[in-house]
Amino acid sequence: MKAVCWMGTNKMSVENVPDPKILNPRDAIVRITSTCICGSDLHLYNGLIPTMEQGDIMGHEFMGEVVETGSAVQPEKLKVGDRVVVPFTIACGRCFFCQQKLWSCCENSNPNYWIAEKMMGYSPSGLFGYTHMMGGYAGGQAQYARVPFADVGPLKIPQGIPDDKVVFLSDIFPTGYFGAVNCDIKRGDTVAIWGCGPVGQFAIRSAFMLGAERVIAIDRFSYRLEMAEQGGAETINYEEVDDVVQTLKDMTANVGPDSCMDAVGMEAHGDNPMYALDRVKQAFKLETDRPIVLRQCIQACRKGGTVSVPGVYSGFADTIPMGAFMNKGLTMKTGQTHMMNFMQPLLQRIEKGEIDPSFVISHRMPIDSAPQMYKTFRDKQDRCTKVVLDPWATATAA
Amino acid sequence: MNENNSNTNLSSVVSNRAWRQSAPWIAGAAMAAFGLSRRSKSGLALAAAGGALAYAGWRANTSESDQFLARGSVLLNCSPQEAYQRYRNFEDLPKFMFHLESVTKIGERQYRWVALGPVGIPIQWDAEIVDERENEFISWRSLPGSELTAAGSVRFEKAPSGRGTILTAITHFDHPAGKLGYAVAKLFGKVPNFVMQQDLRRFKALIEAGEIATTEGQPHGPRSLKAAALKLADPDRPLARSAPMSEILKQQRRTA
Ligand SMILES: NC(=O)c1ccc[n+]([C@@H]2O[C@H](COP(=O)([O-])OP(=O)(O)OC[C@H]3O[C@@H](n4cnc5c(N)ncnc54)[C@H](O)[C@@H]3O)[C@@H](O)[C@H]2O)c1
Ligand SMILES: [Zn+2]
Ligand SMILES: [Zn+2]
Repeated sequence: MKAVCWMGTNKMSVENVPDPKILNPRDAIVRITSTCICGSDLHLYNGLIPTMEQGDIMGHEFMGEVVETGSAVQPEKLKVGDRVVVPFTIACGRCFFCQQKLWSCCENSNPNYWIAEKMMGYSPSGLFGYTHMMGGYAGGQAQYARVPFADVGPLKIPQGIPDDKVVFLSDIFPTGYFGAVNCDIKRGDTVAIWGCGPVGQFAIRSAFMLGAERVIAIDRFSYRLEMAEQGGAETINYEEVDDVVQTLKDMTANVGPDSCMDAVGMEAHGDNPMYALDRVKQAFKLETDRPIVLRQCIQACRKGGTVSVPGVYSGFADTIPMGAFMNKGLTMKTGQTHMMNFMQPLLQRIEKGEIDPSFVISHRMPIDSAPQMYKTFRDKQDRCTKVVLDPWATATAA
Repeated sequence: MNENNSNTNLSSVVSNRAWRQSAPWIAGAAMAAFGLSRRSKSGLALAAAGGALAYAGWRANTSESDQFLARGSVLLNCSPQEAYQRYRNFEDLPKFMFHLESVTKIGERQYRWVALGPVGIPIQWDAEIVDERENEFISWRSLPGSELTAAGSVRFEKAPSGRGTILTAITHFDHPAGKLGYAVAKLFGKVPNFVMQQDLRRFKALIEAGEIATTEGQPHGPRSLKAAALKLADPDRPLARSAPMSEILKQQRRTA
């Protein structure tokens, strides 16, 4: 089959690899019909998260049709022919953490848990196509994928709804929603969201669903800010203001947003000396993460407010304003999304027509163009917001 | 990483709650198996846990690296009964203890254990259950005349407020001489607790999830030469004796 492989920093290539096989009784094999490139994949593309290996198959946002199931998968749960969206977190469904609905903290799905334990103390769940530390699972930017614990994660999708409307249930819609849930929104709240990528876009819409009065979205790409405005947000182009924190103060009568969300993560961009320093430290591996946005979130948040961090961090970040965090009595909530809590309810919202997630799609491309699309998406060229790949279409033009 | 040659590690062994609670019966079994006269580090550690000997004595009488003590614990989302019953089915231990090739019943409460050394050298010992209480603990030791002297215990305790079962295991190996000694050293010498913890995590996965998560056998694109030599996943997984020589050499290089 065709698969997008990580061949080194800034090097993706579409390779012919063997088809996946059932390896465990609770596995299923899915023939993929749509698969996406995520902002999280860019951290791997840019070589910033350790324990990738040349030849690893990328991708964690995919859907398709079940073509084979392992011996322990009950047909009531999943059977050949079912159309499914596969969540990016892999969970056994039966450990303490799964039973607490902390699915992305599953104890039994990361075969390389001990690598993560060395870095983090304890290991999160396995993820598709996202480093060996997170399990080393082959990802879904391919024609087929093996899905472990297939009786827990995959969400069945009725025929008739196009892929475009539901494929983002695999990650970014639930992730934006989880980011908003983590903001602890009360009616009338103002929520500030850094990053108007796909995660930010879904976070904006989710914040309103959860009762926010105002959402203020921050980015520097005007086409993404426009999309945020279409979702009802007020916007700040951080390149056009002197100081984002001050601007937020001005916009909120000197109170500050009730919650601040970092939907950017470890590769935040900036134009101040701190940014230059972070970049140097990252290049020399003195720091894995550039916490520019996280710092701003903590500074800007009102006293007693909540900082929500759906943006991905991988290791260590310097100069976090702990004094502000402590003295203002803030709360921080974060995590890889506990997918299974949100997929079904969000599918219902889609079915009821409350939201059509396909608005974020800017590019639909054959899988062969993935290497080019990684670059386009990373560099935010061509008004790129979200790339959906068709694993079966053949490239007509380069 | 060597658990039994620093006093901090010893005190952490001793201060562990589960250990303290189980110390008297484990120490009893272990001392019966090894005898204090052996003056082994871990033998004395066990004795110290029971309060029989002072740390100073342990220190003075220690000779380096002749024994291995591995210990680990894991929280299982099941009842002590289920955990005990699954574990007590010794013939199935190789399903999660990847270093074991087989466990065979050879008599009333007696079993033959065959482990695989990292370079395919088989390590065999016969052991008997010295004491057990259903759903609570099992302790065992190797039979006299065995190729290897070993003892161990496994304890199953109910975790607070319905959180399942805390399993605590301790295994204690005497280091034999020669080729076999080399194999045992390779197997448990560097990081005995890590080997034990891997086993226990796989047991947990079997009990809770019904299977052990794996990526072995999944597709991937072309690997680099460096990656082939430096296999990331499960570096302590043993190779079967029947493995091709090239694989065995590769692993030898890796664990060297
Ligand atoms: N927690 C999870 O489970 C989860 C899941 C998916 C994605 N993520 C993470 O969410 C983040 C966003 O993902 P995405 O797909 O939207 O990525 P993206 O790259 O499309 O979007 C990131 C956006 O942040 C903006 N940005 C950069 N620096 C900024 C700054 N200083 N201030 C304000 N905006 C800034 C960029 O211009 C860009 O529009 C990533 O870190 C990704 O890894 C987390
Ligand atoms: Zn993603
Ligand atoms: Zn689990």
